[in-house]
Amino acid sequence: MSKTERSNSSVYITGTNRAILSVFLVSFSSGLALQEGTATANCDHHRPWHTMGASVLTFVKRSLTMKTLQKADQVRTLSDFSKNQHSMPRDSESTNSSEGSKEPFNRKLKSSSQGTKCSAATRRVLSSHSTGSHSSAGMSMRVRRTPALQQPQTSSRDSVHTPNIDGIILPELKEISTEGLACIERNKEELASDLRGLSVSEGMRKLRAMPLSLVDKMEIRRRCFSPSAVNSLNRNFPCFNLPLVYISRMWRHFTFNALPFLSTLKLWHSSMKKLSGRYGTGVLSYFLFLRTLLFINLLLFIITCLFLVIPQAIHPPPTDPRLNSVTAIELLTGTGYLSQSLMFYSYYSNVTIETNQMSSHIAVTHMVPYCIPTAYFLTITISFFIMCIILVYSMSKSFGKSFQVLKSNRNLSENVFCSWDFKVSKKPSIRLQHEKISTQLKEQLSELTSREEEMSLMQRLRNLIVHVLAWVTCLASILLSAVGVYFISKHTVSSEFKNLDLLFKSAVVSGFNLLLPGIFNLCSWFEKHSSPSTRVYVSIFRNLLLKISLIGVLCYHWLEKIAVKQDRQVLECWENFVGQELYRLLLMDFIFTVLYTFLGEFIWRLFSKKVLKKNRKPVFDIARNVLELIYGQTLTWLGVRFSPLLPAVQIAKLFVLFYMKKCSLKLNCQASKKPWRATQMTTLFITLLWFPSFLGAAVSVMYTVWMITPSSGCGPFRNLTSMFESGKLWAERMKDSHKILSWLIQAYNTVIDNPLFLFLPTCVFLLVVYFHAQIVDGQRKIIRRLEKQIENEVKDKRFLITQLQHWNEENEPGSTQR
Amino acid sequence: MGTTASQLGKDSLSEYQELTFLTKQEILLAHKRFTELQNRDERNHPNATRVPMEKILTLPELKSNPFRKRICHVFSTSEAKDGSLTFEDFLDLLSAFSDSATLEIKSHYAFRIFDFDDDGTLDCGDLEKLVNCLTGETDDTRLTSDEMRQLISNILEESDIDKDGTVNLSEFQHVISRSPDFVSSFKIVL
Repeated sequence: MSKTERSNSSVYITGTNRAILSVFLVSFSSGLALQEGTATANCDHHRPWHTMGASVLTFVKRSLTMKTLQKADQVRTLSDFSKNQHSMPRDSESTNSSEGSKEPFNRKLKSSSQGTKCSAATRRVLSSHSTGSHSSAGMSMRVRRTPALQQPQTSSRDSVHTPNIDGIILPELKEISTEGLACIERNKEELASDLRGLSVSEGMRKLRAMPLSLVDKMEIRRRCFSPSAVNSLNRNFPCFNLPLVYISRMWRHFTFNALPFLSTLKLWHSSMKKLSGRYGTGVLSYFLFLRTLLFINLLLFIITCLFLVIPQAIHPPPTDPRLNSVTAIELLTGTGYLSQSLMFYSYYSNVTIETNQMSSHIAVTHMVPYCIPTAYFLTITISFFIMCIILVYSMSKSFGKSFQVLKSNRNLSENVFCSWDFKVSKKPSIRLQHEKISTQLKEQLSELTSREEEMSLMQRLRNLIVHVLAWVTCLASILLSAVGVYFISKHTVSSEFKNLDLLFKSAVVSGFNLLLPGIFNLCSWFEKHSSPSTRVYVSIFRNLLLKISLIGVLCYHWLEKIAVKQDRQVLECWENFVGQELYRLLLMDFIFTVLYTFLGEFIWRLFSKKVLKKNRKPVFDIARNVLELIYGQTLTWLGVRFSPLLPAVQIAKLFVLFYMKKCSLKLNCQASKKPWRATQMTTLFITLLWFPSFLGAAVSVMYTVWMITPSSGCGPFRNLTSMFESGKLWAERMKDSHKILSWLIQAYNTVIDNPLFLFLPTCVFLLVVYFHAQIVDGQRKIIRRLEKQIENEVKDKRFLITQLQHWNEENEPGSTQR
Repeated sequence: MGTTASQLGKDSLSEYQELTFLTKQEILLAHKRFTELQNRDERNHPNATRVPMEKILTLPELKSNPFRKRICHVFSTSEAKDGSLTFEDFLDLLSAFSDSATLEIKSHYAFRIFDFDDDGTLDCGDLEKLVNCLTGETDDTRLTSDEMRQLISNILEESDIDKDGTVNLSEFQHVISRSPDFVSSFKIVL
């Protein structure tokens, strides 16, 4: 392999070691923090680190396991390949020769530098047997391996992998046609006997994975599983099973008839198919991400609805009659009527609801106590825990798919073989795809030829200055916007609450979110980056920095100023205020997105047509839109604790956003001409959803749950020092009444509260991660060695074949065989 | 919707579902689209009759695909090698291009589609035709002969492990396994 690949992989290997070391350091430091925490009396504030460390380790471990398994498969195919090289001459002698042999192709051998020129037939011998004898492809090849016959076969496909040999001594065969048919029959019988040994489902699964035609598969299935499987629907059931039989038959009949309708239930399936047909996989990944977020929010909404909203809705607390009417502006600001609804924290009462149920015919009263504060606390913590698990799982799955062990950036063959997107079906999009691939290939080729070209000192200096200027501009704008938001927040609290003032702050935040990425795009337009993917990463990073700083400033303002006693006199219910702020931010974000999508892109299209005189429509900026989605989701996660119905707002927003973006795509945008590595970008986005977004929100919410005193005038935690205390009180109450729960609580106190019990599994996880990384490393080395081995064996084979030819010619000089 | 279900028997539906990677809904939809391509009198026996290649190529999913003729040839089981497909061949095609097909199946069929001369290996002629299909017909996207030569030699240098001048199935699968996007781009959905 080329030197660049080797150097790239070695860089990657040390990069892996560095990554492992940093993971080790992070978890070690968290372990140290834990130990320090046990020394002090109150170690509660180290708790978020437990979950973070454990989750990081599970995800790394899982992804590396998956990659090791994939690597093992690769190694196995390569070793099978090299093993088969040994058995090649034996196999070739046993195959029949053909009468009407194909014309040898007169093409120059590109690798003639390797050695002697061999005939095309010998080349085919050398390269024909390429699969191991036990893989499914090998089995299928045995079925299909027939000589190239004059008479066509009825059911098998054309012999693709026939070794068509000229120069080797083969036995003369007279009846080739019957031999050929018998050969096919023999191969099929072999395959059937192989499959018969397995169970029905295993055999079916293996048969399905074989690249044979459906007719062949049905015949083989009939041979292997004829007694039982074919009559699977008409089995004779014993008598006592009869009702079950009827029920199962009716269910099958029902699903069979309902099948065409079930396909419409899968959300947005046909729309996504049309989108991918026109715009390709990159834009499709944005919409898939949107759908994933919708389902996450749906789950969150169902949990909070079932356990929190509905019980409280059944027993409404007394409300202020003054605020019973709704005005439009109040719908936007969340004050007034909404502040006294299920939407916000203050509605929830701090009592235990006890219902007296009297059944009419049995005069017994059932007391079903439902403690709202405990329900609130447990719902929030458990829903965050479930979100955590779901995100880590999907992140590790996605990371496993995109983890490239043998990474090399300029991989031409990969681009040629894998870059055509078969989903695209519209003619203009196919033309765009042609252009995209052609540009990509030409760029890579020119890079290869001009790799040694160095830029002059002046050019490098100029590039550096442009980069520095761009970064300074972006960072300065981010800082200014953060400071601006901070001052506006301070101002809003101290003045009285006019409706428009409240909206002003959210509008300013959304405005910054909209304008500044445009400035970043402009800056990066001037800069010259080494590759298009670097440009994408830089723009994602700047965007992310902007959003983190805005949310960070807002969180700081809420947690430090509002929740603490000093500014408390102004607000009697700070949780309500924070919930309303988040509600307003979410709504303003949505309104600004709508305005930008319809007006902004439309105006930009007119501008570029009239002023810039370009006929090209703007390109859908996938990275920016995905970061907008992540920003909205962060706000939702921050807001669930203060406003349990916020996920419903987010669901409605995402729903409308889908149709809106689809519409604007069709009207205003076109597919991108730059290549977009969909799987890696999806992994990056899910990782961004996990790391700054979910973890940040979870840490802030857990901080408010543990450390901050709830307001004493409203809400379910009126008279407690923290939300967590309600959980503790509930545990105390349960200990007396239910024995099992007391055991559970004791287990919790010993296992989860004790840092040592978490430090030990962390160490074990780290060791496992390190071992897996070393295994992947070792397998990489084995792959390199096997490739070398294959090369050497082909050289040996070629030598042997030429020797055989030579001896043939010597021994039988009068023969016509060559 | 119900009438098409009655034409395709339950037994054959479950058999198809077991042996291909398609779900029952996808098989029914394929049946519907396939019978639309047939003539009226052929519609009662979708398995027995073959639909000629020209009609298959009128499907919107295949109409503009540069590999459409190769796809028909690879999946066709006809003796005349004319690319005509029976219903079962059509199911094979959809199964190989479906969501749940394994990487092995996809890479196997991709190899056969790219093997323009059907000799079991991708040699220089195959690679040249492949690159021309990828870059299209217009003059400004087509590669010059110098670029083509350089591209082919680079491809062979990167992927030809046994240095015989051709890419065989194993080497092809080795290259494919390094690309995580292959499975999602090698898909056709009806």
